[in-house]
Amino acid sequence: MRLRLAVMLALILLPGTAMLLLAVPPSGGSISGKVTYTGAPPKMKPIDMAKEPGCAKEHATEPVHFETVVTGPADALQWVVVYVSAGDKGSSAPTQTVRYDQKGCQYIPHVAVMEPNQPLEVFNSDQWAHNIHPMPKVNSEWNKSQPPGTPPIMAKWEKPEFIPVKCNIHPWMHGYFVVLNTSHYAVTGKDGDFSLKGLPPGKYTITAWQEQYNSQSQEVTIAGNETKTVNFVFKVLPY
Amino acid sequence: MKSNAIVFVLLLGAAGLLLTAGAVPCSAQMDINIHTATGPMESHIGDVTGHSEQGRAYYRRFCIGCHGPNGDGTGENAMWFDPAMGFPKPRDFTAALFECRSTPTGTLPTDQDIFNAMTRGFVTSNMPQWRPLTESERADLVAFIKTFSTKWETQKAGTPINIPPETPINIESILRGRELFQKLECWKCHGPAGHGDGPAASTLTDDKGNPIRPYNFSIGSRFKCGETNQDLYRIFMTGLDGSPMPSFADLIKPDQAWDLVHFLRTLQPLRTPEAALWTPYFAAHEKEIKPIGPEAPPGGGN
Repeated sequence: MRLRLAVMLALILLPGTAMLLLAVPPSGGSISGKVTYTGAPPKMKPIDMAKEPGCAKEHATEPVHFETVVTGPADALQWVVVYVSAGDKGSSAPTQTVRYDQKGCQYIPHVAVMEPNQPLEVFNSDQWAHNIHPMPKVNSEWNKSQPPGTPPIMAKWEKPEFIPVKCNIHPWMHGYFVVLNTSHYAVTGKDGDFSLKGLPPGKYTITAWQEQYNSQSQEVTIAGNETKTVNFVFKVLPY
Repeated sequence: MKSNAIVFVLLLGAAGLLLTAGAVPCSAQMDINIHTATGPMESHIGDVTGHSEQGRAYYRRFCIGCHGPNGDGTGENAMWFDPAMGFPKPRDFTAALFECRSTPTGTLPTDQDIFNAMTRGFVTSNMPQWRPLTESERADLVAFIKTFSTKWETQKAGTPINIPPETPINIESILRGRELFQKLECWKCHGPAGHGDGPAASTLTDDKGNPIRPYNFSIGSRFKCGETNQDLYRIFMTGLDGSPMPSFADLIKPDQAWDLVHFLRTLQPLRTPEAALWTPYFAAHEKEIKPIGPEAPPGGGN
């Protein structure tokens, strides 16, 4: 346990000090903003987990809802991926592992963003089996069983793609692996806010992607260390 | 099954005769444009090399009706296949996803895998056996099928999984296999008795969102991907990509995989060596044997 703590501390401290050393000039500008919707969003249904009694019990007091369209206060839209789709000068391949969890028959987080070849670990924190079944078109599809108490499934994706993920045993489980050719990305939370930092001066295309309402883009030019505001509004229709 | 295939070919032959008899001008069938995604492809089946340019003509003749001119499984017959009735839609070759492989999940099958599937047909679908075609014709077709996806240009086929020699069939092995059936939650789809009626069975869908049924061991048919113990081993270790059936290769060791094979054989109403051991054992120990399914304690009974 103590060893694990030491390793964790080292993992946090080492890149931290490295970044401090490298980041001598506070690098670049930033783009921040909010993602909102207009129109009437569909009401997400509560999920009936009766077929997995353990999961149903876990959510007995507060049922969980589908996460296809999640809204927040002041018309905010959650789970929108905002990223630099053009203009990124490129960065070194990230080595930090992305964690994707299966807990209470839900994917946590609903949307996980990673870069090509970034290590991904899929955990099963439940007391029953899941099958983790990503369904890419460009990358290679696979489907693996993960009973409780088994080690995480390690994976990586070669090419950028929005990959739907499902569990066939629990058909309500639905998430996304979003593989992007940039390290400048953010996923909106309940408040719909996002912020992309450390952008060197230049012209960028910023794209916002929502699983149900596709993508929209805006051009932004960054000079020096300025912060620009970009907002996205999705026209939301019940589907 | 074999006689069915012969009848099928005879019917095809008869249809061909009618066509050439002048009822329909030959150009009518030539108007169908086949759209492929790659240049010419080859396949290698043992010593036989298949050529896609030859395969194109056979595809037009034998496959296009179901798999369609674009290879995406939307031929004119496809609309009559009702997945809800247990008849899956024809394979979409543009996705380059194949259920019956000797290679790990997430990899392309070998040429031989596609050849075997075509030769064998699929028992629980409308896909017949294609034994009446010569080996070289079938090899040409394998090469042609690969022209529907660029994945065959950018990726290599996976390395076939290693299947070590089968372990002895005995009651201990069957019991261990039964424990795995409980622990790996095979019963969630295949049902506690292997009848294909587990709690998750009714909601299963394939990648296209079509309903799909888990294999029902009690009907005693061949499996989707073969009929031998080795075929059964391969099915759950590679998974059937594009379907809900996952791979278990990272979870169990070869000895355990053979244990599972031995147990699964007892679920079929066949006179297998496994059933010969299990039936009297079960009759004598029925009361002590914990049932499979959700009521069993965590970790599974035996």
